[in-house]
Amino acid sequence: MTDLGYLLVGWGVSLGVIGLYSLSLVRRGRTLASRVPADRRRWMTTESDPK
Amino acid sequence: MTKLMTDDTIIDRQRGTGSRTTFWLGVVGLVGAIALVFLGFFVAPPDDFQKDAVRMIFIHVPMAILTYVAFSLTAIGSVAWLWKRSIWWDTVAHGAAEVGVMFSGLTLFTGSIWGRITWGTYWDWGDVRLVTTLILFLIMVGYLAVRSFDGDEAVNATRAAVIGLIGAANMPVVNRSVTWWSSRRTLHQKSSLVNGKIEGLTLFTLMFALVVFSIIMLWMLIHRFRISWLERQVSEGDLSEALTARRAEARAGMDRETEENK
Repeated sequence: MTDLGYLLVGWGVSLGVIGLYSLSLVRRGRTLASRVPADRRRWMTTESDPK
Repeated sequence: MTKLMTDDTIIDRQRGTGSRTTFWLGVVGLVGAIALVFLGFFVAPPDDFQKDAVRMIFIHVPMAILTYVAFSLTAIGSVAWLWKRSIWWDTVAHGAAEVGVMFSGLTLFTGSIWGRITWGTYWDWGDVRLVTTLILFLIMVGYLAVRSFDGDEAVNATRAAVIGLIGAANMPVVNRSVTWWSSRRTLHQKSSLVNGKIEGLTLFTLMFALVVFSIIMLWMLIHRFRISWLERQVSEGDLSEALTARRAEARAGMDRETEENK
């Protein structure tokens, strides 16, 4: 396979960044969810939302 | 999207922003990504001219297309915020901007790697598409910077929405640059996909990659939307706690004053 090094760097960094960003989203979500009071744990139904 | 974001509405402490929908999207995205690596490296044939360098197309082109999708969502959300003051759409705009910045950064990165192989250079300031894509990336980084400022969230959202619309106005320039500046010395070629120059297994793998990365982006957008929503809930909770504490403090002060006057 020609240019294998470039291909591996291009694919590896791209998939790696996507994977790391995905993990960071999951972690941020878990951390935040533990700080939200029970009565505010519905996605679309807060009183402040104008809809 | 509304339906996807509203099913499994109760947030579980363990799952965070996850739900049944995002779980299955994640599984399909992950399996799809593994299949894409197999297809991209072992099934799709090398190109007659570019040889194996053509395999960069399976990652670079979907990133570029999804950058447009993400920033278009930011633009729609920005209009909805400026026009209707819709918090829901503002939240979508913010999440899409973050995901879009990641995809546009990867578009630039994979493009420069591909350019090094095929053009012999990582970057050329004379190539209009490269430069306009970089400008788009920087504008949207500016959007995220404004969103992170301290102060009134609504003011930040309004300023960011204007920046989001400026970024959106740049997108047609990025897309059409290879046509509008075709007489200029430019490294980027016109779209091989639109011109029908890609076919067979290469075309199939490219379409497969587009579907896989679209699923992954949808997964990210849902999680990012929910994170913004939770951040709003947390800050509203903190604000109401601070107000309660301040009121209690003021009441205690007044009680003390009354006692002293007696």
